[in-house]
Amino acid sequence: MDVLQQFLKTFFDWQAMGQVVPQMLTVGLPNTLILAASSAVLGCFFGLILSVMGIARNSALRWISRIYTDIFRGLPAILVIVIIGIGLGPILRQATGITNPFPLAIFALTLMAAAYIGEIFRSGIQSVDRGQLEAARALGFSYGSAMLLVVIPQGIRRVLPALVNQLIALIKDSSLVYLLGVTATQREIYRVANDSAANSGNMSPLIAAGVLYLILTIPLTHLVNYMDKRMREGKAQKIEPDEAAALVGKGGQA
Amino acid sequence: MSEFKSGSLTATNIHLAFGSNKVLRGIDLHVPQGTTASVIGPSGSGKSTLLRVMNRLIEPDQGDILLDERSVLKDNPDELRRRIGMVFQQFNLFPHKTVVDNVSLSLRKIRKMPKDQAHAKAMDQLELVGLAHKADARPGNLSGGQQQRVAIARALAMEPEVMFFDEATSALDPELVKGVLALMTDLSKGGMTMVVVTHEMGFSRNVSDTVTFMDGGVVVETGSPDELFTAPKTDRLKGFLSDVL
Ligand SMILES: Nc1ncnc2c1ncn2[C@@H]1O[C@H](COP(=O)(O)OP(=O)(O)O)[C@@H](O)[C@H]1O
Ligand SMILES: [Mg+2]
Repeated sequence: MDVLQQFLKTFFDWQAMGQVVPQMLTVGLPNTLILAASSAVLGCFFGLILSVMGIARNSALRWISRIYTDIFRGLPAILVIVIIGIGLGPILRQATGITNPFPLAIFALTLMAAAYIGEIFRSGIQSVDRGQLEAARALGFSYGSAMLLVVIPQGIRRVLPALVNQLIALIKDSSLVYLLGVTATQREIYRVANDSAANSGNMSPLIAAGVLYLILTIPLTHLVNYMDKRMREGKAQKIEPDEAAALVGKGGQA
Repeated sequence: MSEFKSGSLTATNIHLAFGSNKVLRGIDLHVPQGTTASVIGPSGSGKSTLLRVMNRLIEPDQGDILLDERSVLKDNPDELRRRIGMVFQQFNLFPHKTVVDNVSLSLRKIRKMPKDQAHAKAMDQLELVGLAHKADARPGNLSGGQQQRVAIARALAMEPEVMFFDEATSALDPELVKGVLALMTDLSKGGMTMVVVTHEMGFSRNVSDTVTFMDGGVVVETGSPDELFTAPKTDRLKGFLSDVL
């Protein structure tokens, strides 16, 4: 067998791919999406709390947010997933009887996602012009209402592209959950491919997994680019002439 | 004939420092009910800061603020600010909301008005400033003059007893200044109590009841427009007027 043939056999064995694809789509894909989507939603929720703490006037809150963020942005994902997933697994089982590794896997992914998303939200919120908070407060809104109704919605809108990037990262990072003990039906995309590759001694299932990840992530990447572009162009808006200026102020002129 | 439930506003001996920078050094200002006080002075003299202290966006270090002759320093500052409308140089409309939602937001969330009632009242306010036809537009699609008139409508919707204007026309193209000044003139004639920080000497002279000249964090001269503009007493005011007129 010459080198080229061996290369093709190792990576592009259509039969091996064909065998793994059904499982990948019916088992791996839904599990990957569950892991990524739930940790994204939870990460947004806790990230928002972290970001608001990060800009609070109370310095203790700011410190807690800062320390948390530094820790969970600074650790490798694999370390957090193993410590939480394998380390806490037996404790959770003893306390609640839950043997499903998903809650802990989602917890571990959320811990990290919240740190990143918190920083994204914070930069977005801080980029909102100070005049917005001032105008809302001048109307009589409390600090909390002004933030909630006026400042935070604008801040989040600006960082939507970065948030989608975070979702892409979560889709990829969810593959690390393969390290936890999962049953056949709990496997996500990578684990399905990994098992199949181990059984057949062939890399092709992993190539199939790669293609599936790209099918998920490339459209999201382009969505990010599209949103970025739209936001930049949205800035240059058409200004109309002030035709109504002539209609008001019959009361007098300065 | 007063269209507004306006009140009088008094600030006495206001002091404020940002760190070691003493920005307000004993300011007194009295604005009788239904009158317009304009505040003039060079940039950096503390005019914007004075407005922010008087509605307690910034708490004074010393001094008292009275609305309708009652001190408001012990009140909830959020409630005080509901009684004072403020219009900013940069408009500060909420860009993520439509024009009518900009006006109705405080009615719904602070006054707890039902949605349709708040909408109807916001439309009335927009009608008043000639912009009802822009109700569903985003602020970013309006000219500066239109945005500032929406900002005025937004402040008026809360039925304030006093209105503050902080260089409301300074960011506008010259051809748009007139519409906003005309609207402010209407409010003044309609009996609103107003404090107008302005570089528009025409407005200060022709519309306001009193003029206060600030420099370096103190009131240098105050009086009727005639007194200040035709017979300035201090060299500082003379110098300022010769620079701006
Ligand atoms: N938030 C702030 N923090 C620190 N210094 C400020 C702040 N706002 C204004 N100042 C300072 O206060 C002084 C007066 O500013 P301001 O009230 O804006 O003057 P004016 O409106 O008359 O131009 C300036 O020296 C300015 O740098
Ligand atoms: Mg100013």
